[in-house]
Amino acid sequence: MGLLSDPNRRKAITSLLTRLNTPICVVCYLAGIAWFMGLAFEPFTLRTYMSENAMGSTMVEERFPSGERALATAREFAAHKKKVGGMPVDWLVKTMRAQGLEVFTQSFSRNLPFPDESKERFVVRGTNVYGILRAPRAPRTEALVLSAPCSPGNSNNQAVGLLLGLAQYFRSQIYWAKDIIFLVNEHDLIGVQAWLEGYHHTNITENCRITSSLGRAGSIQAALSLELNSDVVTSLDLVLEGLNGQLPNLDLANLFHAFCQKLGILCTIQGKLQRSDWDTVEGYTHSAQTMLLMVLKQASGRPWGEHGLFLRYHIEAASIRGVNSFRQYKTDATSIGRLFEGMVRKLNNLLERLHQSYFFYLMPSLTRFVSIGYYMPAFGLLTTILLLRALDLWVHLGTPTPVTEDGVGEGESPSSPGLLSVLTPVVISHLTGVALYTLPVLSQEMAVEHFPVSETEAVVLTAIAIYTAGLALPHNTHRLISGEGTEQGWRVLKLVALLYLAVLLGCTALINFSLGFILAVTLVPAAACVTPHVPKALSAVAMVLLSPGCTILYCVFLFQELQEVPVSLAEGWMLFLSVISQGILDHALYGSLVYPLLALLVYPCWLLFWNILFWK
Amino acid sequence: MAAPLTLVLILSVTIRAVLFRSSLAELISERVEVVSPLNAWKRVVEGLALLDLGVSPYSGDVFHETPLVIYLFHFVVDYAEIVFMVSTFEFSGKYNLFIKQKYALEADRYPHDCLELMRSPKEMHYIPLKVAMFYLLNPFTILSCVAKSTCGLNNAVMALFILSTLKGSALLSAIFLALATYQSIYPLTLFAPGLLFLLQRLYIPVNPCRSRFWFFTVQYSVMFIGSLLVIVCLSFFLLGSWDFIPSVYGFILSVPDLTPNIGLFWYFFAEMFEHFRFFFICVFQINVFFYTIPLSVKLKEHPVFLIFMQIAIISIFKSYPTVGDIALYMAFLPVWSHLYRFLRNIFLVSCVLLACTALFPVLWHLWIYAGSANSNFYYAITLLFNVGQILLVSDYFYAYLRREHHLSQGLYLRRKDGSEATLVLK
Repeated sequence: MGLLSDPNRRKAITSLLTRLNTPICVVCYLAGIAWFMGLAFEPFTLRTYMSENAMGSTMVEERFPSGERALATAREFAAHKKKVGGMPVDWLVKTMRAQGLEVFTQSFSRNLPFPDESKERFVVRGTNVYGILRAPRAPRTEALVLSAPCSPGNSNNQAVGLLLGLAQYFRSQIYWAKDIIFLVNEHDLIGVQAWLEGYHHTNITENCRITSSLGRAGSIQAALSLELNSDVVTSLDLVLEGLNGQLPNLDLANLFHAFCQKLGILCTIQGKLQRSDWDTVEGYTHSAQTMLLMVLKQASGRPWGEHGLFLRYHIEAASIRGVNSFRQYKTDATSIGRLFEGMVRKLNNLLERLHQSYFFYLMPSLTRFVSIGYYMPAFGLLTTILLLRALDLWVHLGTPTPVTEDGVGEGESPSSPGLLSVLTPVVISHLTGVALYTLPVLSQEMAVEHFPVSETEAVVLTAIAIYTAGLALPHNTHRLISGEGTEQGWRVLKLVALLYLAVLLGCTALINFSLGFILAVTLVPAAACVTPHVPKALSAVAMVLLSPGCTILYCVFLFQELQEVPVSLAEGWMLFLSVISQGILDHALYGSLVYPLLALLVYPCWLLFWNILFWK
Repeated sequence: MAAPLTLVLILSVTIRAVLFRSSLAELISERVEVVSPLNAWKRVVEGLALLDLGVSPYSGDVFHETPLVIYLFHFVVDYAEIVFMVSTFEFSGKYNLFIKQKYALEADRYPHDCLELMRSPKEMHYIPLKVAMFYLLNPFTILSCVAKSTCGLNNAVMALFILSTLKGSALLSAIFLALATYQSIYPLTLFAPGLLFLLQRLYIPVNPCRSRFWFFTVQYSVMFIGSLLVIVCLSFFLLGSWDFIPSVYGFILSVPDLTPNIGLFWYFFAEMFEHFRFFFICVFQINVFFYTIPLSVKLKEHPVFLIFMQIAIISIFKSYPTVGDIALYMAFLPVWSHLYRFLRNIFLVSCVLLACTALFPVLWHLWIYAGSANSNFYYAITLLFNVGQILLVSDYFYAYLRREHHLSQGLYLRRKDGSEATLVLK
């Protein structure tokens, strides 16, 4: 406590921090970025290991024999799907019942707030079919889910075929201690959402009407989702990122990796194979790319596979996607079936929910991970900048007031000019945020009436228009209301805004590290540097370039670059527009929080800094 | 004065009314930070239902409020929202002669260069308004009121106690103190500052050799104990049994409910081996009461500040704290605005309190809903929050003592050689 109570030491520290504020901030920023990039360097990461005893030591034998038969079922399924022109519900019910499962169907309908152009749907009606294999050996209080989507067109037939094949094989085994639910869902995530809501009797999202005769199994412990488009695959890709950047327990990834090793199947994460040459530049770049892809996907807050929505219900889940490329080495359906058999059998051995291993991690490759203790300092260094700047401002606000004044007046002086001139911009920018959040969806009809655009375009363009209009609004109005701003006024406003941003980013990073970090990388320099005394035009351009909207744009380009499908500027712009509309849809459909977070909190916070730049 | 106060009142009524009607009210009333097992509205409703069925409300393990509160709500249950609002606003009625008297007492006693340390009458004029504003517009109070936590009633009783003490009415002061003690035991520690203030007001020196001192002390104690007895007996006659004693006071003192809250008890006792439990409960509970002795000795000349310190200590260390308790002592902060220049860590402390307040719901979400964090995360924030509060209170304590020092020694201290001296707290 000497630090806090000894006035001399306090003075020394504060003067050091104020004098060296700028260099320390620069060093912190660079150190933060360097730390983050260093996370992908293999010696700095930890090797993954199985923490869950129930899955580690118990050996299981995989005997799934009927890969060919599963593919035949898949072809039959494809034929029936073509005939019905959608999900062949009757055929599925008949087949599952013939295999001895308890079969249930659930129909649902859902109205989207505006048409989804990428998937071409507006009013969605569909049916989920699921069969429950009752556990012969236990009191049926727990369950596992295996799911495969029934996608439109010719895709994913093999996944359904394999699912049915596995169901048939599992039925004849006696060792199941948990119920196994085989779910074939329509309309990808909307179907999963409807099923989960029906199963748990919850109603998180509105406008979803579910009619069902619901059969229930026990509480779901884990879920695996399967996507398979070809009879043979070269590799299997593991998808972990779920809604709002939530990740399943790391043991699930370990389990997948362990079985791929055992069965000799090539496995990837983010579509990237692991390389062994970590000490070369290419090796490092490769793992950095893998990690960055994970960060970008997590930051988007979208569910990147069917499993994404399970995570919200405290169910550990992952999607496994078959990839068929031009490599020579192929894996057939029998091996994939054995992989699933092994994974499900190990999950079946679980005595409690997966909880031993990590929930907060980044993966530069499938065998390496970075835990929260290692990546948080990178974010912490960036937030330190905000706190240091705030401290600097606080000291500046404290010192210039003359000591000869009345003792009380002095205490009040920092806040007294501030109150109105701080409150007004804060309220106005938040109102702009509320407009950005509500208006795009509400005003689509009007926009479509008056402009030659489709509904989706109308929503996105309205959002962009409000976003841009917000730049003009605040600094005009606050002058009208509170008159001339003072030197102290902007300092108080900046102090408030800095603390606000620090708390906001901190909370975001705890829930979704990637989102918090990406926002911090662009927002922190803008927040740290802005004052009314810098050259206006230049810094205005810099501020706009560092705004949350532009951050999304950079992320789109970076993502394409990392996926090795670079896009031109125009294509990138179109992608950017679709990303925005997807973000709004994700919020409306699944309750993703990224759009409200950006519109209601981050954007207003950035507007405060914009306001300081134009402080008169 | 009246106009801004009315404005504040209207504004705060509007905010509460809007929140009561919105869907947020239900969410707020479920938050563990806002309601505790003692004062949750849900439990009061349960108790009322039991009472209506002719069953003792204490027969289950749900209801832990005092009998008077349940009978109060028995009559006004339909107007519950209004009751909560009224109880909140009573607090603002606290604006009073508060400091004026103190000012009168203090004037002329100090060296001339300390004038700048004194409050100008203009400043004093606005203090009651600021107190009302700090309490009514404090987000903590709003949350607690919207959740219909009975904490608002306790705060109102405490406010009435302070008001009647400051007005110098010994009887009323004793009655309200007894009521507050009856509600939650801990305000017992306010007996000392109440007594000290009344003694000071009557110009009776605190001197154990003087018979007047003992006479008044006994008089005040008798009034306090008498009214406490009357209230407890009244509860007994209303209820017809002594059930409420173990169910209310036993519940407060032995802390059987370990639902997470912003206090320090739950995690500690959830982790503890059963056979240490009794010992540590004693330690934790004595901790709340113990500070009364040294503080009363140190601050015997300044009972009003002592009241503030005691309320703060209660709200930090009590067994089931909620944000409503914190709001009570935070409402006093504007009264000490003249200490502002001596505060050392106010920036750090306000950052910590702000960050913790934002992190509570986030970590709760991660722990309970996402399942990815665990109770350690939440407790870490609780701990930090309480450390922040303790720093805040001790900072004010230090600032108060330092101001007193300057009042007697002069503001600009000189060393013997004429250079400027600094005060160091060792």
